[in-house]
This record gives sequence, structure tokens and C-alpha cells, in this order.
Amino acid sequence: MQSREPDARSGRRDFLKKSLAIILGGVAAFLPALAAVIALTDPLRRQTSSAGAVRITSVDALPQDGVPRKFPVLASRTDAWNKSVNVPIGAVYLRRTGAGKVEALNVVCPHAGCFVDYSAARAGFVCPCHNSSFELDGAIADASSPSPRALDTLPVEIRPDGSVWVTFQNFQAGRAEKVPVT
Amino acid sequence: MKAVCDWLDERTGWRKLTRALFCQNIPGGARWRYVWGGALIFCIGIQFITGIALWLGYSPSTQTAWESVNYLQNEVSGGWLLRGLHHYTAQILPVLLALNLMQVIIDGAYKAPREVNFWVGLVLLQVVLLMALTGYQLPWDQKGFWATKVAMNILGIVPLIGHSLQRILIGGPEYGQLTLTRFFGVHAGLLPATLLAVLSVKVYLGCRQGFKGREPSSHPDAPFWPDQALRNAAACLAIAATLLFLILRHRIFSTPGPLGAELGAPADPSEPYSAARPEWYFLFLFQFLKCFPARMEIVGAIIIPGLVVGVFFLMPFIGKTKLGHRFNLGFLGCLFVGIGWLTYTALSLDARNASYQAAVKAAGVEAARAKELAHSPTGVPAGGAIAMLRSDPLTQGPKLFAKNCASCHRYHGHDGTGQLVKDPQSASDLAGFGSRDWLAGLLDPERISTTNYFGGTKLRDGKMPKFVKKDVANYTAEQKAQLVKVLAAVSAEAGLKSQLAMDAHEAAGIAEGRTLLRDAMKCTDCHQFQTPDADATAPDLTGYGSREWLVKFLANPAHPNFYGDHNDRMPAFGEKQILDAQQIALLADWLRGDWYEPAPEVN
Repeated sequence: MQSREPDARSGRRDFLKKSLAIILGGVAAFLPALAAVIALTDPLRRQTSSAGAVRITSVDALPQDGVPRKFPVLASRTDAWNKSVNVPIGAVYLRRTGAGKVEALNVVCPHAGCFVDYSAARAGFVCPCHNSSFELDGAIADASSPSPRALDTLPVEIRPDGSVWVTFQNFQAGRAEKVPVT
Repeated sequence: MKAVCDWLDERTGWRKLTRALFCQNIPGGARWRYVWGGALIFCIGIQFITGIALWLGYSPSTQTAWESVNYLQNEVSGGWLLRGLHHYTAQILPVLLALNLMQVIIDGAYKAPREVNFWVGLVLLQVVLLMALTGYQLPWDQKGFWATKVAMNILGIVPLIGHSLQRILIGGPEYGQLTLTRFFGVHAGLLPATLLAVLSVKVYLGCRQGFKGREPSSHPDAPFWPDQALRNAAACLAIAATLLFLILRHRIFSTPGPLGAELGAPADPSEPYSAARPEWYFLFLFQFLKCFPARMEIVGAIIIPGLVVGVFFLMPFIGKTKLGHRFNLGFLGCLFVGIGWLTYTALSLDARNASYQAAVKAAGVEAARAKELAHSPTGVPAGGAIAMLRSDPLTQGPKLFAKNCASCHRYHGHDGTGQLVKDPQSASDLAGFGSRDWLAGLLDPERISTTNYFGGTKLRDGKMPKFVKKDVANYTAEQKAQLVKVLAAVSAEAGLKSQLAMDAHEAAGIAEGRTLLRDAMKCTDCHQFQTPDADATAPDLTGYGSREWLVKFLANPAHPNFYGDHNDRMPAFGEKQILDAQQIALLADWLRGDWYEPAPEVN
């Protein structure tokens, strides 16, 4: 018994030393890792503000027969450290849907984010990447379309001076529901 | 769990490897003096982790390098910590390596069979110094830009290959885009790979030869784990604490200074920076070079440092005899004293050098302004921070004023940048031009003939000073009250930012002043005001001091709308193309106090 006691004590001391070595070393190594993780996850804590309503064109510029026309959306854009004003931030299809009524569709395909093309022959939109096809109003045209949802509609306002304003917004691709990209 | 470990061990032999690393025998047991290796690996580890994280936010080009570093430092959360860790570890690393080398030499631990290990250590120190040198430039701020430019010019004096080597490294005859891509590639790719290779050789040799003890030792041998490991861990923690202290020291002591590493104003090849100094551990070389006259630089920059490094490489052979070892110790001692003395001289010379101090201060002001503008709603334009600073009235105004106006005019008595001017003042002091205070001085019989107004010009004897000294001097109290309203009306024409609130508040008095200006005060006898007047002989008071007025005035003060034939010596800056339209606009904005100011922080 007597000979085992110092053994146990030195065993405890050994354990203490080992744990302490791991803890101290761990704390020291934690510092750079922490700094890296905080800085690298910064984009998760950064919110982009919506551009608000943007003037796109005048209502007279839209074909009377309801054929959609593509317009660039110009607004200010913040790209990390660069800030620019009046630069293209996206594009929309505008289409007359009746007297004094205009519908706006974001040109981005909700499947994988390509820009859809208007096809006069099919009287609808086709995505050049994976062949998603959409009706004129943005609805999915055929059941085999890979797109999970219809083209994204955007709020439109026609002001008294005849200008067309769109509240531009991008939405997350690949999801069945419309979730804004913020 | 054990089964998995066994399975893996059979295929990789990891247990043997860990045993080799952790259960290495330490002659004489664990000691604090053996923590160098662990501390070194810890520091290199920090550099790899923080370096890769910095890499993910860095953009090496002349329009984006400073901008991305500034974004990281001031906008990204934790960016200052990341930069601070990388920056200060880069300062600690050479110190650790140098101290370790000193210890190795003093202990004679370079002797057989450890010669190669010693040489590898020397190579490691040089790789680390090269990394520091290349990294210093990457933020592309004034300090790094000009300091590494000096280093590159030294490289250029190497015989035969120097010029070509320099050109290859900086990617052309001048510093530019390719300099950044190359320095970055060298700093973040080539050198780390070299470092890893050198370090593996060092670790391999270390394991092969084991720890070198000071024989004979009274203590029994002990394995590395856990006693030595604990000491190493404590040393690493001490380094981490030191790093945190260095990063936070300005906050702890509330002294002016950056959080973490400093970032100067963006590099501008057209704005020489006279406060360019290398990192403190290269200061001795910087000072040493001053001792050599032209064409002898090669001795100080290459031959002598080369010989010193050569002696270090030969030390294991020199140290074979007792006398040789003593020579090595003496050489080391002399070198450290010499480096210490040179560093001290460099620092104390700078501390006493007023123009260096002024340049450091000016650089600090410009750096703060660049940071402020980058954070403003307009932010950094696509042209980069240099374009941003070049279109900032607060940055450019004083420089333009000092260069073009201060030989006659003053600004608060100085040249706009805060320097006093040797030439006597011969035209007005333009600080606050167009403001109510400034105009009140102009209409003050006591002051109009001082050099701060017309005193130094030929207009001293003109109609205006006569009017002020004869008529205004004898004004009744009622007339004086009217004058105040007239001054407010003229000053309101300028629409100065500093007076907008006051002007709006006193709109009625200003309207009254406008009427008085025409009737009671008879200003329109000579001046034109609002209605065109072909007979006017004095400067137009319509929009007096406004941006448009000032821009036209600077373009040609002798225009009939201004001084006409009465103009003294003031050049037509615009029409004679002394300044371009942008420069004139910057001067006008600066004189009018019209520049971006951040909104006061709301707590």
C-alpha cells in the first residue's frame, strides 16, 4: 500500500500537467482561429439594403400588344469597399397587361440563376441553361421544367408622368418559395 | 474506437510517429530554454492561419489593395484582430529566431553533428525576413510603398543581375499592378512553401539529433510529453498574450494609435513620402547605408551583409577549436551591439528630425481622412482610394493653396498645410473667405489696410479702403446696425455650409440687408448686384463667394465682373491654364469649407 501512494500522486500530477498543457496550448491556438472565423463569417452578418423603387422607363416605351421588353435596372450598388451609383444591378421584363397596367418579371431564372430569354415563337420565356420554360406571365410552362417556381414578379408602379417604377429585388435560386436575397 | 485506431495504425503507423514527436527523450529533463522550437512553430502556425484568412479578403491590384485592406481593417468584424495578429507575429518571429540562434551559438550547439541544423536555422531566418519585407508592401499604403521601393533599389545595385532581378520582381520599370501580384505571389505562395520545406528539414533533423543539453546534467532524462509540452504550451500562451497586448495597447492606455496594425494613406507614386522607413528590425540596415557615399552603397548594402551572413555559415567550422568558439561569441556580441547602436541612432535621429515628424503627422492625417472617405456614403469609387483622395477638397485644397496661392495669400497665417511661409504676405488671409466674420474684417477701418485684407496689394489705396476708412469709420449706431445686415446679406450670397443654419434663421434680416446694400449703403455705386451694371468697377456681389463665383474668379480675377483693370498680381489660373478645372473647383470648395464630414457618432 505504502509504495503505491506516491505512484497515485505522481499519476495525478501527470494528469494535471497533461490537461494543463492541452488547455494552455488550446487557448493559445484558439486566438488566431477565432480571429479567422469571425472575419470570414462577416458576410453572414452583413445585410444588403434593397434598392427601393427604381425608375425603369416610360410606359410609352412598352409595346401595345403585350409583348415583353427587357430593361436594365440602374441603381447604386455596394460591392464590399466599392460603391457605385447608377450602375446595372439586374434586368426586368416589362409587359403591358391591360390599360394602365404593367407587369414586371425579374429576368433571373429561379432554377440556377441564368437570365431567361423571351421567345416570340413560343410566346414565353426560355432559360438557355437548363431549358426551363415559362409562360408570358412567368408561370412554369411545362411540367418537365427544372425550375422550382415561376419567374419572380416584382412590384410595379406607374407614376402620373407615365414613368414606370419597379421595386427591384433578387430572390434565392433553387427554392420553391420566393425568398429575397439580402 | 480502439479498433479504428488500430486499423489506421496498421496502415499509417501514426502511433510510432506521435511517439517520435511527443515522447522524444530530453536529456536532463524539461527546461524552459527548450521552448524555442514550440514557440517558433506556434508563430508560424498563426501566420498560416491568419495569412490564409487575410488572403480571402485581399485583392492585389493598385486600385484594390489598400481598399481591401482598409475594408478588412475598418469594416469587417474582427478584421483588425486578424491583421493585428499577422502583423505582430511577423515582428515576434524574427526576434524568436534571432534569440534562438544566439542561444545555439552561445551553447555551441552548432558543432558536429548539428552543423546542417544550424544552417537550416539561418536559412529560416532569412526566409522569415523576406516574408516580412514582401508583406510590408502588400497593403499598398504610403509607408510600405516607399519603404520597399528603397529595398528594391538596393537590389538593383547588385552587380550584373541586380537590374534584371529588380525588373523581374517588380514586373516592369515602375511599381505597379505587376509589383503587387508578384509580391503577393512571393509572399503568400513561394516563401511559405519554402518555409514549410525548410521547417520540415529542421524538424526532421531535430528529431534525428534530439535535444542538445548542456552536459553534464544533474537531472534525469524525461520524455517531451508532458513536462516539456506544458512549458511549450505556456510559452505559446505568453506569446498569444503579448500579441493581444500589442494589438490592444492603444486602447488599453487610451493613446492615439490604431487598433492592431497601422494602415497608412493609400500609396501615391506622385506624392513622395519623406517618412518612409523600413520595419524596425531593418532600421539598422537603413542607418548603416547612410554611412556609405555614392557608388560605395554596394559595400554597405551587399558586401558587408553578405560577409556577415558568410561568417555565420562558417561558424560551425570556426567553432571547432576553443579559440574559434570564442571568436564566434565575440563576433555575435559585436554584431548585436552594432545593430543595437545603429537602430538606436536611427530612432533617435528621427525623434529629433522635425521634418520627419511633420511628415509622419501629415501621413497620419491623410490616412485618417482616407479611412473616413472610404466609410462615407459615396465610398471608394472604382478608380480606387487615390481617385477618392484626389477629388477630396480637404486633402487637395491645402496642397493646391500652398503651391499656388501661399506666395501672396495666407490661410490662418500659414500656407494652408500648416507650414509658415518665408515670403512676406502680400495679399489677404483667405481663411473663412466670404463668411460674416471675414467680411466684418474687410469693412473694419482698423483692419482693411492690414496685410490680411488689402494692405499688401495696390488696392490698398483704392476706393474700398477709402470708403471704409472715411465713411464706415464715422457711421452712427443706426448705420452700424444696417452694416451688419448688409454683411449678412453679402455673406448669404456665398451659401457657406458653416452658415446655412444661420442664413435660414435670419432670412428676414438678410432680405433687408439686400435692400440696404443698394440704397442706404451705396455698395452698388461701384459693385454690381443682381441687376447687370456695365459701369460697375468692383467685383460682382451677386453670388459673392459662392462656388460658381469663386470658380470664375480663380479662372480670371481680371474679368470685368471682378477686378477688371484693377487686378493686382493675381494670375488668371484658369485662362492661363495654371490649374485645371478640377483643381480650381477643389480650391474653391476647400476655401468655402465644403467637403465631406462624417455625421457625428450617435451613441
